[in-house]
Amino acid sequence: MEAQKTVTKKYKKYKPWQNVLTVIFAILSFTWILPIIAVVLNAFKSQVYIFNNPFGISTESIFKIGIKEWAKNLPLATQSRSSGEAMFLINMKNAIEQTDFWHAFLYSVFITIVSVALILLCCSMCAYFITRVHTKFTKLFYLLCLFSMIVPFQMVMFTLSKFANMLHLYTPWGITIVYLGFGAGLSVFMYTGFIKSMPIDIEEAAMIDGCTPLQTYFQVVFPIMKPTTITIAILQSMWIWNDYLLPSLVLDVNDYKTIPIAIQYLTTSHGNINWGAMMAALLLAIIPIVIFYLAAQKYIIEGVMAGAVKG
Amino acid sequence: MEKAIKKYFPVFMIPTMVAFAIGFLVPFLYGLFLSFCKFTTVVDFKWIGLENYKKILFVNGKYDPSFIHSLWYTVAFTIVTMLIINVVAFAIAFALTKGIRGTNLFRTAFFLPNLIGGIVLSYIWLMIFNSVLQRYSKTIVSTAGSAFWGLVIVVCWQQIGYMMIIYIAGLQNIPTDVIEAAKIDGCSGWQMLKSIILPMMMPTITVCTFLTLTNGFKLFDQNLALTGGKPGGNSELLALNIYNTFYGKTGWEGVGQAKAVIFFIIVAVISVLQNKLTTRKEVQQ
Repeated sequence: MEAQKTVTKKYKKYKPWQNVLTVIFAILSFTWILPIIAVVLNAFKSQVYIFNNPFGISTESIFKIGIKEWAKNLPLATQSRSSGEAMFLINMKNAIEQTDFWHAFLYSVFITIVSVALILLCCSMCAYFITRVHTKFTKLFYLLCLFSMIVPFQMVMFTLSKFANMLHLYTPWGITIVYLGFGAGLSVFMYTGFIKSMPIDIEEAAMIDGCTPLQTYFQVVFPIMKPTTITIAILQSMWIWNDYLLPSLVLDVNDYKTIPIAIQYLTTSHGNINWGAMMAALLLAIIPIVIFYLAAQKYIIEGVMAGAVKG
Repeated sequence: MEKAIKKYFPVFMIPTMVAFAIGFLVPFLYGLFLSFCKFTTVVDFKWIGLENYKKILFVNGKYDPSFIHSLWYTVAFTIVTMLIINVVAFAIAFALTKGIRGTNLFRTAFFLPNLIGGIVLSYIWLMIFNSVLQRYSKTIVSTAGSAFWGLVIVVCWQQIGYMMIIYIAGLQNIPTDVIEAAKIDGCSGWQMLKSIILPMMMPTITVCTFLTLTNGFKLFDQNLALTGGKPGGNSELLALNIYNTFYGKTGWEGVGQAKAVIFFIIVAVISVLQNKLTTRKEVQQ
């Protein structure tokens, strides 16, 4: 049955209008990602050539003369900086030095992973408690979580950054607590939605068999919630990885810069933007995202779909 | 069972509660309070009543249009992006659910910009806009018009993919028997879209309109990186206007907080109203 299905799918006849649509969409989606391709191409150019033709291919670039020729010219070009042949390496070097990229990258990775882990663990436990224990307090807390979802960040921006400062939360460790607090609303809301639809019998059975509430939670409830956990993990990491304003206000930006902050500071701290270095920096910022996207595409798309339906 | 769980209150609730208090509740309430005070840090404040709110519109007795300008600018921006994003995203989603070759690849391409953060993708577009406009010896912030449409393009490029995914999910959820029945009744093309698909899609359209509206109102990163409010504060959306009031001029923190309160009220009202209005049109399923 399954085999038959794939066979019919493989040899499915496409109608002419479907093929036309495919061609149109091929062109359209290529145009759609053209800005990203432009970044790759421009990382190989010096500033003048970027602005002359942002979509042009650099005459010395790897794309035009092939990787062998390019690599052969490389030692020569790096020695005599005047030739534009190693522009890519020069851009990369500038970008990495001026943004302190590796540190920024590590801070971004650390903050995103720890914050999301904290959010998943703490919010799911909290959501479990407020759905299973019915008191006025849990109800109030749930309403507060709902309420926090409609409050824009600007409302709490100033006071939050000052409090975080007073509590010494300006380190990569500290900011994860801020993220847990500010991200709790959505996560608790989504987890409660799921737990409400879960049959209580399984937990009761586990309790009768002698599980403590904690054991029940970690061995029975948490594994069942896996789909919601993935959705929340995806949504929160997309938010935290790209977030600029919150970390720029909370973190001590002299010591700790995440990738968005490092890129924004590339323009403000040097007055004029060095566009060659900027392109290399943007490329460095995009590469991890594209890798992550291609690796976890299925989960990301499902996560977005599920998130929207519940949100 | 409830009793047993209740004993574990500290383990289950305390971490989230403490973080929620630090990250949201206390800053929110304190911010609300501070909007009625004059302050530069959170510890030295003086109650001045509605003075801050007055200062949003009148500075030294003179009318200051900057906040109202930002407000209307944000409204115009939000409506334009909401319309474009939803129409285009729906159209793409509609075409990509027709079972054409390469659907998955196209979907991947359209969604990609959404994963790139506002700061990074604003600089990508700043490079493209400025290099194209260079031929006319202009930049993106030369005129108010180009700044506005530049922002619109960036935001649409980012969000269309996201909304497209949600619309695809919605379209796939329409039961096929409804479509089949309509076909047998002689319904086709435009009629099908108007009388069957759109009404069935109302819940999804609600979600997407709601999302694009609030996204538009809260937009900050792209505004900061692409135009920075130039030319002359003309392209300042509300969020950036508030940010500049807080951190641009010393002594204006109270006014910034008062603006933030008004901003919060607007966003909250939209969220509640919009949800109520559109859910009424949904088809019972």
